[in-house]
Amino acid sequence: MALGPYLFLATLEGLVQAAVLCITAAGLSLVFGVMRVVNVAHGEFVMLGAVIAWFAASLVTGHPAIGFAVALVISPVIVGAIAFAGERLILKRLDYNPEATIVATIGLLYILQQTVLIVYGPDARPVDPPFYYTIRFPWFGYSSYKLFVIAAAIVIMGAIWFVLQKTRAGLIMRAAQFDRETAQAFGIPVDRVSAVVFAAGAGLAALAGVLVVPIQQAHYLMGADPLLLSFIVVIIGGLGSMSGTVVAAILIGLSDGILSVMFSPTLAKMVSTLLVALVLVFRPNGLFGKAER
Amino acid sequence: MTKSAYRNNLVLNAGVLLMLFVLQFVLPDYHVLMATRMMVLAVFALGFNALLGYIGLLSLGHAMFFAAGLYGAGLTVYHFGWSLPFAFGFAVLASAVVALVIGAVALRTIRVSFMIVTLMFAQVAYLMVIYFAEWTNGQEGLSLPMSARAVDLFGWTLDLSSAVTRYNLAFLLLALCLVLLFAYLASARGRVATAIRDNEGRTEMLGFNVFSGKLEMFVISGAMSGAAGAAYGLLFGYIGSTFASFQYSIEALLFTLLGGAGTLIGPLLGVLLMVAMIDKLSELTSAYLLVIGVVLIVVILWFPKGILGTVRERWAPWLL
Repeated sequence: MALGPYLFLATLEGLVQAAVLCITAAGLSLVFGVMRVVNVAHGEFVMLGAVIAWFAASLVTGHPAIGFAVALVISPVIVGAIAFAGERLILKRLDYNPEATIVATIGLLYILQQTVLIVYGPDARPVDPPFYYTIRFPWFGYSSYKLFVIAAAIVIMGAIWFVLQKTRAGLIMRAAQFDRETAQAFGIPVDRVSAVVFAAGAGLAALAGVLVVPIQQAHYLMGADPLLLSFIVVIIGGLGSMSGTVVAAILIGLSDGILSVMFSPTLAKMVSTLLVALVLVFRPNGLFGKAER
Repeated sequence: MTKSAYRNNLVLNAGVLLMLFVLQFVLPDYHVLMATRMMVLAVFALGFNALLGYIGLLSLGHAMFFAAGLYGAGLTVYHFGWSLPFAFGFAVLASAVVALVIGAVALRTIRVSFMIVTLMFAQVAYLMVIYFAEWTNGQEGLSLPMSARAVDLFGWTLDLSSAVTRYNLAFLLLALCLVLLFAYLASARGRVATAIRDNEGRTEMLGFNVFSGKLEMFVISGAMSGAAGAAYGLLFGYIGSTFASFQYSIEALLFTLLGGAGTLIGPLLGVLLMVAMIDKLSELTSAYLLVIGVVLIVVILWFPKGILGTVRERWAPWLL
């Protein structure tokens, strides 16, 4: 294949990755923005979403699209409920202390991951995409499902934008993010908002998991990569900023996709992780720093 | 520290060490092996605790120093055929240098961003181990050659396939690290460190250089973790990328939190309990890491000071 089409393929792969990353990182960003909680278990919510999608696909008989549609609905709901319970039972009791919540979410990470290992087993299992149509480009064929993922991400990000900017619930979330105490003084139940936001963030991660599973297979250790990449995206994009998250997700998704195709996925991750760590160090008053006050 | 507190701590630590030494004559073979592993891991936890417990910095990336020691010793032995004491010394030095460089960068951040930055640096280190698979053999790892199972030391030959030799080497390392840390903490530099932990702003105002104090402790902590890694690789003759993974960073945190951050014996106690628990559970299920999650949450919710931290609060305020 000549360089042009090769680059085109890499770009497409990058965009698919960016699409999934956008949704995952949006969840992480929302949780940090409103609650000031760094959720290390976020990747496990992606994994849970994917695993539930597999269960849905294997339980629902008939066309794969039906199982997929069912998973799209129940996965975020179940994962959201688990996250809600976790928030009430653990994070709330820690009073959202930043360091303690990180340690607690690491604990949550292991509990979720190992429980899935017990229930679901150590194998990676594929899920059929809802449709198989292949788009023929002059140089290669490309799965239309992957293009569907990109479209779905655009719709979901649009929905997030709409909820945050145009609805009362969004206004409440933004108020809680902007100034917790003042919001509380104005009668916003900040405490309950936190629980809902944590569940919503987990639900978004689960949604990303459902979307990615026909491409990637469901496995109990699959949460590590989405976690690392969404950390990177959220740090570059600015915590709690949705537009920043989208831009950063596209940037990281594309560069990761292209570097992975051109060189090696490991090298791509090494470079982006190192760069982001340095960004975090040399902008000590941005991002996390500012959120501290 | 008052004279009597100093004496109490001295007696306690000497007693614990004496008990550990005697243990090898009492325990059956399998448990001698396990106790050896525990002592090496305790050195790792001790290094981690130096940072978390005595200067108040929570790193999520200490596996990177453990791995620096592990690979620093293992690779030089495997590829260049270095003698073991030389490789060990090099590994400790190498991890101290890694800690110096990483510390100089990461210590510019505080609290949550310090945790995330150390996590990310450790992830880069882990990926490096995978990426340079030609040298490290990635996830499969390398078994050290038979020639590296014996040490020639001043005309003596130490046979590393003997369980007794390994036990005593691990014991020596633990004792050495414990004594060094105890001496450091009792010194003026150590008191500056705990002052930084208790009130950073005030320490700085009193004219102490907070950054260099933190960096010094970071290097001590990294070198100790590296020494543990080097000992682990050389004593058990195997190096692999698992030791560089996130899980190892978390285990150090877990041992320390459970035993009690900021107590000298706490990490040892934490290792003892956790390794025994993981060992028992791994016979029952492959999902034995579940216990890590459960213990982390239980400790952070109900015993944030850990076992010995709680003991100190209630009964023994002199505990160092």
